[in-house]
Amino acid sequence: MQASMSCRPKWGICKMNQDLIQYLLRLGDSALIQGQRLCEWCGRAPALEEELALMNVGLDLVGQARNWLEYAAELANDGRDADHLAFRRDERAYRNLLLVEQPNGDFAVTVLKQFFYDAWHLAVLEGLTHSSDSRLQGIAAKAVKEVTYHLRRSSEWVERLGDGTEESHQRMLAAIPQLWRFTVELSDSDAVEQRLHAAGLIGDPQQIAAAWQQQVERTFDSATLPLPAPACHFYLSGRQGLHSEHLGLLLAEMQFLPRAYPDATW
Amino acid sequence: MQPGDLIASDLGARAAAPGDLDQAWQVLGRVMDPEVPVVSVVELGIVRALAWDAGHLHVVVTPTYSGCPATEVIEADIRQALEDAGFRAPQLERQLHPAWTTDWITSTGRERLLAYGIAPPLGSANKRSLLGDNGSVNCPQCGSAHTELLSQFGSTACKALYRCCDCREPFDYFKCI
Repeated sequence: MQASMSCRPKWGICKMNQDLIQYLLRLGDSALIQGQRLCEWCGRAPALEEELALMNVGLDLVGQARNWLEYAAELANDGRDADHLAFRRDERAYRNLLLVEQPNGDFAVTVLKQFFYDAWHLAVLEGLTHSSDSRLQGIAAKAVKEVTYHLRRSSEWVERLGDGTEESHQRMLAAIPQLWRFTVELSDSDAVEQRLHAAGLIGDPQQIAAAWQQQVERTFDSATLPLPAPACHFYLSGRQGLHSEHLGLLLAEMQFLPRAYPDATW
Repeated sequence: MQPGDLIASDLGARAAAPGDLDQAWQVLGRVMDPEVPVVSVVELGIVRALAWDAGHLHVVVTPTYSGCPATEVIEADIRQALEDAGFRAPQLERQLHPAWTTDWITSTGRERLLAYGIAPPLGSANKRSLLGDNGSVNCPQCGSAHTELLSQFGSTACKALYRCCDCREPFDYFKCI
């Protein structure tokens, strides 16, 4: 309330700031939740090398989430820091993609989820490296190198499993319908993103959607996997904080310690 | 007086002065990376700049990877080493841009990585090298070019795991990024 009142004289700039904060939460929350899901594999991955890889990808994402959420906290300037945003917000205040909050399932689901996310993530970050905002540009230029590597790994896994054994192919076939409907959010945009793009702050949502579609088509083709028809909108929306039932449970575990023991330190 | 001022005076070290930038670089040249303890933070390119600002040393550092868990440890080590050498309350600034690249690892740093058993990054960082199109990684033990990738991530995010097909030793490769 206070923030909106103090913004009144410069409403245009303030509105853009509100849009940017929303967008930073989307980026940060998606990276954080995807990272948290990867952490669930700790001690349970199919092989030691895979465990190291899953944890390292998760670590990159949590680090990126911190960079985005720190910036969001600075812009909001309401006394909350990045930790507060991560550990004290409820499900409805989270703005992550529906895709990343989905349970890990078997290794095929985990790999496919990572691939869908990476293909979107890389296109988003490449757009941000041309942002007119130097802070966005700086964080993205760092993350884009890490995510190029993530996508290389996850797309190779999709090919290896899709074009692998009869068992691995069947597992991938079963994973696609479990995740596909959530990909609708990877190829659409809303007014917030369109305004930010018009202001030169983020990449073109249509180009991001096209890049995602091309990457998925290419990888599915070499993985001998059938490409479903584009996903349709349904009643949930991560952008608006309308999540599937899985996010609340994830947050309950992730946020337990700081909520049960406020201000605990190492 | 700032909190760090007392620490430096308690140590009895000579207080550093604005002309001591070379000494500061030497001190930081002895601060080793906690994950790869043979390479200093200067050789890794983590320390970007040193300057005097209002009577204190200003240190610009950059993290290697966004999620590198050693970032805080490295910053604490840098602060400690400088205070021990008489630099009172050094001011650390974390800078993300330009993004850290393995191109900043010095030639001495690369030699030390190799001697420690970690294959240094091949060539310079670009999109092709990120996609793995950067030639063969030689075994740091026997020098053979006959090696294979075991996993794209090794013991830390900055390394990949390889195996030598001749001497059979597994080894870390410091990825080009």
